[in-house]
Amino acid sequence: MAKELWKGNEAIAEAAVRAGCKCFFGYPITPQNEIPEYMSMRLPQVGGVFVQSESELAAINMVYGASASGVRAMTSSSSPGVSLKQEGISALSSGELPAVVVNVMRGGPGLGTIQPSQCDYFQATRGGGNGDYRTIVLAPCNIQEAVDMTQEAFDLADIYRMPVMILADGMIGQMMEPIEWHPIPKREVPPKDWAASGRRGRAHSNFITSLRIDAPDCERFNRALEQKYKTIAEKETRWEEKDAEGCEILITAYGTPSRIALSAVEELEAKGVKAGLFRPQTVWPFPSARLAELAAQPSVMAVLVVEMSLGQMLEDVQLAVQGVKPVRFHGRVGGMVPSVEDIAEQAGMILREVR
Amino acid sequence: MTTVYRKSAGLQDRELHYCPGCSHGIIHKLVAECMEELGVIDTAILVCPVGCSVFAGNYFACDTIEAIHGRAPAVATAIKRTHQDQLVVTYQGDGDLASIGAAEIVHAAMRGEKFTTVFINNAIYGMTGGQMAPTTLLGQHATTAPQGRQKELHGSPIRMAEMLSTLDGLAYAERVCVADIPHLNKAKKAIKKAFELQLSGVGFTFVEVLSACPTNWGMTPLEANKWLLENMAAYYPLGVIKEVQGT
Ligand SMILES: Cc1ncc(C[n+]2csc(CCOP(=O)(O)OP(=O)(O)O)c2C)c(N)n1
Ligand code: SF4
Ligand SMILES: [Mg+2]
Repeated sequence: MAKELWKGNEAIAEAAVRAGCKCFFGYPITPQNEIPEYMSMRLPQVGGVFVQSESELAAINMVYGASASGVRAMTSSSSPGVSLKQEGISALSSGELPAVVVNVMRGGPGLGTIQPSQCDYFQATRGGGNGDYRTIVLAPCNIQEAVDMTQEAFDLADIYRMPVMILADGMIGQMMEPIEWHPIPKREVPPKDWAASGRRGRAHSNFITSLRIDAPDCERFNRALEQKYKTIAEKETRWEEKDAEGCEILITAYGTPSRIALSAVEELEAKGVKAGLFRPQTVWPFPSARLAELAAQPSVMAVLVVEMSLGQMLEDVQLAVQGVKPVRFHGRVGGMVPSVEDIAEQAGMILREVR
Repeated sequence: MTTVYRKSAGLQDRELHYCPGCSHGIIHKLVAECMEELGVIDTAILVCPVGCSVFAGNYFACDTIEAIHGRAPAVATAIKRTHQDQLVVTYQGDGDLASIGAAEIVHAAMRGEKFTTVFINNAIYGMTGGQMAPTTLLGQHATTAPQGRQKELHGSPIRMAEMLSTLDGLAYAERVCVADIPHLNKAKKAIKKAFELQLSGVGFTFVEVLSACPTNWGMTPLEANKWLLENMAAYYPLGVIKEVQGT
């Protein structure tokens, strides 16, 4: 199939439509405005529903309504707006409702900046709202991957009946790249016999709720969630690596910084340094087992984590590496982006230091 | 033998958890009867709130969705837009609708979303134990207004039916109560009319039901109904607040 030039935000929106998304609800915020704008034009063409909501709170609760009544729905926002959505993401998790939520991250805290960032990693991977829950978090590093992940996100959400987040930094949303619309392998999705879409002859009524007032009941539910999350960790953990076997310095990064880190790896290799890259594609579940295995190789002298944050994925890396090798960090924040030179220089310094 | 009374098929066979004299149970029955009479139990979708009626999904025979606090109108917006031929109803208390969910109800009404809201105004936060609501009357005592609600400190109570009626998207608003049989009959007519108007697609429909919360008002059920008629109905006038011409 021929390649087409697409802007990240619009490509994500089109991917959702192709995945059978029937509803989009959202509130304007930079740098993701092209997603609702595209949806307002595109969804009516396929008989779908677009509503510009009064707030991000309303948007995520509209997603809740669509999902609870059995319809594929999505919302998108950027960091401050995603904070407001946490109430609904927690409720979706508790109601065991599928949903796709896109966060095109910008610098924070507070209003911060509209420039790209990865400062919402903790919020995305630790639940973010109240309660003991997780969301599947897919972290694309280019527009092709954003498109593929968005399409698969709807299946994942339906299979596991939970919110799935596309965690993209502002760069992915705003950049234009050539992509290919290749068919995504369809996964087997269970029927939505739980949906409250009207009984229509069903013997019992369906009641979607996030309330479990009796403690034993609530514990049982939490245990069931725990089981579900374990299954996901076993089956859905994904990552990519480049020259990670036999390397001396293992650079770990996701999203846009992972592309810059890849250039740094190539630059280091050209200078004769054995550098490797480990790139988580799912940041929850985090690919801890493989990372631990790679870090434990006798060749590896240090792990360098690169992020557009003060060090958030860093904690997952430290948990995985368990202190068997030194873990160092290089981060840029507030909308600034790490450079190839800085990463390569950091890697060189670290190697000199630990040798 | 002739049947004098039977439970509506719109309700399940369950014991209600509401306090003696609480209006919630009566209003459940009216909503269920209206669904039954319109033949929509099998297609209706009810959105319940956070508040004493949080368990409404255990009682109604139609499909139900429990929304989080105040967000029922947003939830119902998505349901109605994707299930246009089905009856969609939100059932919300005054803390839920007039306080934390004020934005959601205003914007659903503004957009003219074609669902019905049944608004249970009992002038108090029932479930959390009697705190002041935006609808609490001046001078009325609440656990967070121990000296009684004061205009200078808390402002005057909000009249939601009137406020929402300023919006073009609202097609029909009526305020009713269930404090005695004649009022109860009027209340049922209003709910049924709202449902019929919804199904004919005219716009947003709203029925405010002045309701008794004897437990948190510190009254017997009889005293509560008397107080409601004398005080609440004086501040919140009963009757049709708005009906768009041609409907
Ligand atoms: C976000 C959030 N804030 C607060 C609460 C606690 N809460 C539960 S019920 C309720 C008040 C409900 O009052 P109202 O809507 O008037 O309903 P009633 O119980 O009087 O019928 C509150 C504040 C909650 N569940 N969620
Ligand atoms: S506390 Fe009030 S509103 Fe709640 S069930 Fe009792 S009487 Fe009804
Ligand atoms: Mg109340």
